Amino acid sequence: MIPAPFDYVRPDSLAEACQALAADEEAKVLAGGQSLMPLLRLRLAYPSRLVDIGRLPELKGVHDRGDHVFIGAMATHDEVMRSHVVNADCPLIALATATVADPAIRHRGTFGGSLAHADPAGDLPAVVLALEGVFVTRSEQGEREIPAAEFFVDYLESALRTAEVLVGVKIPKLGPGWGFHYEKFRRTAQAWAIVGVAAAVRRANGSIAEARIGLSNMGPTPVRAHAAEAGLRDAELGDQVRQACEQAAADTSPSSDLHAQADYRRHLARVLTHRAVRAAAGSP
Amino acid sequence: MTIQEIGRPRKRKEDAKLLTGRTQWTDNLARPGLLHVMFLRSPMAHARITRVDVSGARDLPGVVAAFSGQDLAAEQGSLPCAWPVTEDIVIPDHPPMAVSEVRYVGEAVACVIATDRYRAADALEAIDIEYEQLPAVLDMNEALAPDSPKVHESGNQAYSVKINSGDIEAAFRDAPVVVDRTYIQQRLIPSAMEPRAVLADTDGESFTLWSSTQIPHVLRVMLAVVTGIPEHRLRVIAPDVGGGFGSKLQVTAEEVLCLLLTRRLGRPVKWTESRSEGNLTVHHGRDQIQHVRLAADADGRIRGLRVSLLADMGAYLMLLTPGVPTLGGPMFNAIYKMDAYEFACTGVFTTKMPTDAYRGAGRPEATFGIERTIDELAAELGMDPVELRKRNWIRHEEFPYTTVSGLTYDSGNYEAATERAMSLFGYDKLRAEQVDRRDRGDPVQLGIGVSTYTEMCGLAPSRWLGEANFGAGGWEHASVRMLPTGKVEVITGSSPHGQGHVTSWSQIAADALGVPFDDITVLHGDTAVAHKGMDTYGSRSLVIGGMAVLKACDKVKEKARKLAAHALECSPDDLEFEAGAFKVRGTDSQKTIQELAFAAFTAHDLPEGMEPRLDSDVTFDPENYSFPHGTHLCAMEVDTETGMVKIRSYVAVDDIGKVINPLIVEGQLHGGIAQGIAQALYEEAVYDADGNLLTTTMADYLLPSAADLPSFVLDRTESPATSNPLGVKGVGEAGTIASTPAVVNAIVDALRPLGVRDVQMPCSPERVWRALQAARQGTREGAGR
Ligand SMILES: Cc1cc2nc3c(=O)[nH]c(=O)nc-3n(C[C@H](O)[C@H](O)[C@H](O)COP(=O)(O)OP(=O)(O)OC[C@H]3O[C@@H](n4cnc5c(N)ncnc54)[C@H](O)[C@@H]3O)c2cc1C
Repeated sequence: MIPAPFDYVRPDSLAEACQALAADEEAKVLAGGQSLMPLLRLRLAYPSRLVDIGRLPELKGVHDRGDHVFIGAMATHDEVMRSHVVNADCPLIALATATVADPAIRHRGTFGGSLAHADPAGDLPAVVLALEGVFVTRSEQGEREIPAAEFFVDYLESALRTAEVLVGVKIPKLGPGWGFHYEKFRRTAQAWAIVGVAAAVRRANGSIAEARIGLSNMGPTPVRAHAAEAGLRDAELGDQVRQACEQAAADTSPSSDLHAQADYRRHLARVLTHRAVRAAAGSP
Repeated sequence: MTIQEIGRPRKRKEDAKLLTGRTQWTDNLARPGLLHVMFLRSPMAHARITRVDVSGARDLPGVVAAFSGQDLAAEQGSLPCAWPVTEDIVIPDHPPMAVSEVRYVGEAVACVIATDRYRAADALEAIDIEYEQLPAVLDMNEALAPDSPKVHESGNQAYSVKINSGDIEAAFRDAPVVVDRTYIQQRLIPSAMEPRAVLADTDGESFTLWSSTQIPHVLRVMLAVVTGIPEHRLRVIAPDVGGGFGSKLQVTAEEVLCLLLTRRLGRPVKWTESRSEGNLTVHHGRDQIQHVRLAADADGRIRGLRVSLLADMGAYLMLLTPGVPTLGGPMFNAIYKMDAYEFACTGVFTTKMPTDAYRGAGRPEATFGIERTIDELAAELGMDPVELRKRNWIRHEEFPYTTVSGLTYDSGNYEAATERAMSLFGYDKLRAEQVDRRDRGDPVQLGIGVSTYTEMCGLAPSRWLGEANFGAGGWEHASVRMLPTGKVEVITGSSPHGQGHVTSWSQIAADALGVPFDDITVLHGDTAVAHKGMDTYGSRSLVIGGMAVLKACDKVKEKARKLAAHALECSPDDLEFEAGAFKVRGTDSQKTIQELAFAAFTAHDLPEGMEPRLDSDVTFDPENYSFPHGTHLCAMEVDTETGMVKIRSYVAVDDIGKVINPLIVEGQLHGGIAQGIAQALYEEAVYDADGNLLTTTMADYLLPSAADLPSFVLDRTESPATSNPLGVKGVGEAGTIASTPAVVNAIVDALRPLGVRDVQMPCSPERVWRALQAARQGTREGAGR
C-alpha cells in the first residue's frame, strides 16, 4: 500500500469534522477505509487530507426510533448484520449485509461508507432504495434529509455535497405481513454482485399485495424495478408472478465489463428477481 | 525398536514457524543503509521510447538515484533463455529495462531508488517519458499472418517443432470416426501467496542476493553470466519462500536490476512487488490454442492422434518459455495405446507478458487436450467415457510400456485406480440421477467428468535433457553431516518454496540412519550452505532430491560401518545395521551411529587412512522420468437458467508410488486440484484490444477460496516406481494436471443433451449460459428446417 502523501485528522465531534472538511476542498472522509484505501493504494484518488470519522459518537450504533430504525453511518457491517433491531425490523438489511465481502472486511467496512461510496455493485444501496430509507447528513450549513430515491446520482456519485457527512439512515419499519430476500449472483464466495436483487414482498390472501424490488449493478446507480413492481401488485403466485418478473430488467442500463455483458445481466435480473420474489413470499 | 518414519503422516517441521509468523520473507529482511527501488512501467503494449528524463525524480527528497534503460544499457545484458528448443529458434535480445522499445504493458522503463518505498513511488510520477505508439500484436493467428505488425524485427514466429511416430496418414485414412476439436488454454497468472521480492547487497567486492525464488542455484549461475559478477563473488539466498507455482522459476529483470543497482550505488537495494505489479509482470502461464484430432475405429479403438499447438510466448523468451509447450509433446498420447502420433507446436510472439512454467508446465495442457477429446469421442460413439478409456489404456500387465511418443512408463495400474475412484464416487448411482434429471427436464442438470491422467515427473535424466536442448542437467545434490553429538545436518540442493522438504527429507534420513526425526535438520536455499543444486520444479524434488538424500545417508552408513568394524574389532561383513546401531551378528556388542559420529570427531582411533569425518556428498541423476497417474471424477450441477455451475462431489484416486508423508501428499493434492479447478472455472488474464491487462487486481482476476470448493475425497493406489529405490513418483503437479479436464468434461457432460459440445475456459456462468443459448438457437433452427 503506497498511496500518495496526505494529511490525516481524527476529530472527536461531528462539528469539528464538518469544519475540517470545509477547510479543505480536497479533503475526504475516511470511514472503514475498505473502499477508499484501495483507491489510494492504486493512486486513483489523491485527497490532500483524510478526515477519520471513526470517533464521532453521533455516527455510531443502531437505534430503534419507534416508526423507524436509525442506523449510524459508522455502524460496521458486522454490527448491522448482528443487530437485534435490524433483524427484527428490517431483516433485509441483515440478509444483504451478510453477503458483503468476508468477515475481516465486514468488521472494518461501514454501513454509511457503503452508501456514501454509491457503488451500484454494492449490496446495500439497492436494499436501502427498496426500503425507501432516508439519509441524514450534516455539514457546516446544517442538517439535511435526503430520500433514497434522490441519493444515488450516478456511478460512485451521491447527493452528498463536498464537506457533508452522512450521519446515518432512517429505515422506515414495514408492518407485519412482509417477507424479504436478497438474491446475490457472484462467481466466488467473496466477490461483488454481478447482479443482486433485493425484494420486499407483502403477501395477502395467497397472492402478492405489493412488492418493492431494488437491483444492484444494473446501471450506474442502484435502481428500482418499477415495471416488475407494478406487475406484481395483486399478482397470484405462479404464472402471474413469473410474468411480472420478466419485466425486471425494463428501463435498466447495466454495463458490460469483465464480469458480465449487459444482455446477460438483464437475463440474470429477470431470473433472480423471480427467485427473490418467490423466496420473499415464502413460496418455494 | 524405532518406528518407521517413511509413510507416517508427520506434521510439518516448517509449520510452527509459518503459523506464528516467525518466517523470514525477503521483504522482512533489513540491511543497514537499505534503499528501496521502484520501477516505472510501460503503459503501452508496444511503443518506441522517444524520450526519458529522470532528472525530475532525482531532485525529490529522499531520492538517491534514478535511472532509465539507456543509463543501464551498457551493463544490463540480456535476460537468459535456457531452453532453445530448435536450432533455428529466434531468441530476441531481452534487456531487463527497456532501452528503446517496449513490447508489453508493465515492462520496466525507468527506476527510482529512494530511502523508502513511499518516496520512490512518489518520485516515479516525476519521470518524464514519451512514447511513439506501435501496433500491438495480440492474437496468435493474426500474428502469424504475413502482413502482421511485428513484435521483433525477425518476425512473430519463435520456433516450430514437429514430432512424428508411426504412420499418421494411415491412421487417419479411412478412420470410421475422427473427432476434431480446438481448445483454448487461457492465459493464467501464477498467484503465489508471497509476492516476489529481491534484496541485493555488496561489501564492495562480493555480492549477496536474497530473492523469493525457487531456484537459488540456477539463478546464481545465470546472474553471474548476465551481470559479469564472477560466480565465486556471488551468493544467492532464497530465505523462506511463500509459493511459486513456477513463477519463481525465473531469472527476472528485477533480480538483475537490483544487483546492478547495488553494484552502482554500493548500498543495499530492495524491491517488493505489489500484487497489481505482480499480475502485470510475473511470468504468465498456459496460453495455447490446441487443435486436437483423434482417429478411432467404430469400436472405440484409437488409431492415431494429431496435435497442433500455437503457443503464446509473449514478448520475449524467458528462462524456459519455449520449452514449456513442448513438454506436453510426449504426453498428449497419455495412457493410451495407438498406432501413430503427431505433435506440432509453433511458438508465437505477441506484445504481452512472456509466458513460462506454471504448475504442470505443458502437461496440464496435454492432459486437457486428450482427456477432453476422449470424452468427446465417447459421446460420438455413444459409449461410456470410462468404458472407452478401458478399451484403450495400457493394461497393468503390460508395464513397462513404451508409448507411441517414445517414453517408457515403468509402472502403473489404471484399472485399480479407476475402479477405486468409481466406487468412492458412486458412479452408477450418479449416472442414474443424471438420467432422472434429464428425463424430468430439471433446470439443474448433472454432469460427470472423467480424467484418467498420467504425467512425467522428475525432470530429469541429464542426458535426455541435453538431447532436448535444455540448458542444464537434471541431477540433484545432497550432503549428510553427522555432528559430534550425533545430530544430523542434511543439506539439499532442492530449494523448497512451501512444499515441506524439511519434513520429508527428515523422514527419509531418519529411516536411513536410524536416528530420531527430531535430531535432523535440513539446510537449503543458500548457495553458501547448500553449495550445489538444481532446485525445485517439475515435481522433481522427492524423486531426485529425496533420492540424493537417501544415497547420501547410505554413503555415511557405509563409512560408519567401517568405523564400527574397526571399533568392534570385527569384519564389516559381520555387522548388521538396526535401529541406528551396528551390531556384531549374534552378540550384544554394538556401536550406535551417534557413538561413531563422536569417534569420527575425536579421531583418536580411526582405521588406517580414514579421514576424520562422518559425512557425505552425493549427486543423483535419475535414469528415467517417473509417471504418476490417477483417476479423477467430478460431479457437477449446472443451473441451466443462469449458467452457474457447482461441484457436487470430487473424487481423486492417485497413484504416486510410495508415499513418504501422506499429509504432505494430501496437501499437494488439495492445492493442486483447487488450482486446476481454478483454471477450469475462474482464472483468466484478460488483455483489451490495445494490449492493456485488465485483470490487475484480485477483484478482476478471480481465485477461488475454500468457500468455493467442495471437500475432496482422496484415496491412493500404489504402484511403486521402479526407476528409483524409494519407489516414489512425485505429486507436486498431479492435482493441477488432472482436475481441469475432469471439471470441464463434467460441465459438457451435463449439457450435451441440450446441444452443448464445448464451453471455453474459464467456464464462467455467462459462458455456460451463452453456450446453452447458442445450442438452443441451433436446435430451433434445426427443427425449423
Ligand atoms: C475485498 C473487498 C470486497 C468487498 N465486497 C463487497 C461486496 O461484496 N458488497 C459490498 O456491498 N461491498 C463490498 N466491499 C466494500 C465494503 O462494503 C466497504 O466497506 C464499503 O464499500 C465502504 O465502507 P467503508 O466504511 O470502508 O468506507 P470508506 O472506504 O472509508 O469510504 C468509502 C467512500 O465513502 C466516503 N464516506 C464514507 N463514510 C462516509 C460518511 N459517513 N459521510 C460521507 N462520506 C463518507 C469516503 O469518503 C469514501 O469516498 C468490499 C470491499 C473489499 C475491500
